[in-house]
Amino acid sequence: MQVEGESWFYSDIVKKHFLDPQNIVKDKKTIKDFDGYGQVGNMKCGDIMEMWIKIKEDKIIDCKWRTFGCASAIASTSMLSVMVTEKGGMKIDKALKITAQDITKRLKGLPSIKIHCSVMGDQALKYAVWDYKTKNKRDDIIMDQPKETDH
Amino acid sequence: MKTIYLDNSATTPVRKEVLSEALPYFSEVYGNPSSFHSTGLVAKQAINKSRKIISKILNCNENEIIFTGSGTESINLAIKGVAFVELLKNKGVAKGHFITQKTEHDAVLESFEWIEKLGFDVSYINVDKHGLVNLDELKKAIRKDTLLVSIMYANNEVGTIQPLKEISKICHAQNILFHTDACQGAEYLELNVKKLGIDMMTINGSKIYAFKGSGLLYLKNGIKIEPLIHGGGHENKMRAGTENTPAIIAMAKALEIAQKENKKESVRLTKLRDYMINKIQKEISKTKLNGHPTKRLPNNVNFSFYGIEGESLLLMLNEKGIRVSTGSACSSQSLDPSHVLMAMGLEHGLAHSSTRFSFGKYTTKKDIDFTIKELKQVVKKLRAISPVWEE
Repeated sequence: MQVEGESWFYSDIVKKHFLDPQNIVKDKKTIKDFDGYGQVGNMKCGDIMEMWIKIKEDKIIDCKWRTFGCASAIASTSMLSVMVTEKGGMKIDKALKITAQDITKRLKGLPSIKIHCSVMGDQALKYAVWDYKTKNKRDDIIMDQPKETDH
Repeated sequence: MKTIYLDNSATTPVRKEVLSEALPYFSEVYGNPSSFHSTGLVAKQAINKSRKIISKILNCNENEIIFTGSGTESINLAIKGVAFVELLKNKGVAKGHFITQKTEHDAVLESFEWIEKLGFDVSYINVDKHGLVNLDELKKAIRKDTLLVSIMYANNEVGTIQPLKEISKICHAQNILFHTDACQGAEYLELNVKKLGIDMMTINGSKIYAFKGSGLLYLKNGIKIEPLIHGGGHENKMRAGTENTPAIIAMAKALEIAQKENKKESVRLTKLRDYMINKIQKEISKTKLNGHPTKRLPNNVNFSFYGIEGESLLLMLNEKGIRVSTGSACSSQSLDPSHVLMAMGLEHGLAHSSTRFSFGKYTTKKDIDFTIKELKQVVKKLRAISPVWEE
């Protein structure tokens, strides 16, 4: 007898991004000419994320990342990188407003316990933009200095 | 795709021989064993026969076996049962001391945490880096009012086997009761309670090719515990509720087969275990074997892979048909990594990357070769995207 049922813990779209993450860095040497870098997370909670962004005319035209993290950390950052770079790139001010909920929505949901601990691409992005802002003295970019929250 | 099930420490399938033995007790011999008529008596006789089979394996009396609904229930009964006797004796005042150790299953730890709330004292003994309990610390922890020591037979995550005989000697020299959670390893280890010197022992059905939702507690004659479930005279007044006849039949059959096969099967699996351990150590760089190198269950391999998070590893292997488990926080309901690995002194990163491969009766060398082949690729893939990994 065939038993019917969900055989995956996550949604299909999470699975897709987990097994084939977009914009992922597989070799750090390939990262050149980036405008901003951000890192977030710690080993205690089990998720560490690095992100590199390229900016042109105040739009994010490239967003590369890599992670030590679980499937939802991988999938959510993959999705974020798609969100900020699709359609020719997202304006910085708009990208800074992306929340964990926005990413989760695009992923067709995540288990609630996972949202707080593993969706951290939005945080990494803020660090990367802050890095860009301070390096380029872009006082016109209005944002708070990102602070590590306890994951 | 073929499924390679390497999560037998979580649960085992029901063996065909076990299932066929138990099947008639669903719809043919369905009577309530407490009934006085023939339909009930036949079921009662079958349960008595099972009790006899198990008592021979444990080398105990038939009335020393209490059938329960799970290993977790048996553990709760042993621990709270002793505590409740004291509560009743002292008119509701919790007086007395218990000892356990830090890598126990949550069923043990949370039962103790709960009786602590009632007012009892509990000491949690440390383990060494291999997960072996510190016997000197155990001796020092004993107090005049220590009632019970509960230490597991073998650990569910890392497979480390505790020295039960030595622990028993320490306890009995001071007239302290000794309970052991033998849910892991009942398939492979000595179960003779007299040889081991055990006062109470928990076994469950779902890890020995019998049914989920079945368990037993061995309770040595003369030891008084209070039941958790009231409502009838079942199981020597220790566990009320109509007996789960098929599950009891299944557990007896499973233990009987295990007893016959365990020597040969232990040798086969130990070989396979060491084969996998050696191959992983040889073919994958920067790994850490968790648990004791030799004092470990024949079916347990547990590794941490530097730079990799366990849930990702588990799910990528899952895509290849390989089922394993992890001590990573990400696969648990809490946000903390395995308390077992933390107690053994692992740093957080390594605890998050721990992966357990637990073999069973259907595991072959071919399965292990395939697993290692896929494991190598998945480890490579995840390390390539890891910020904490440098070649």
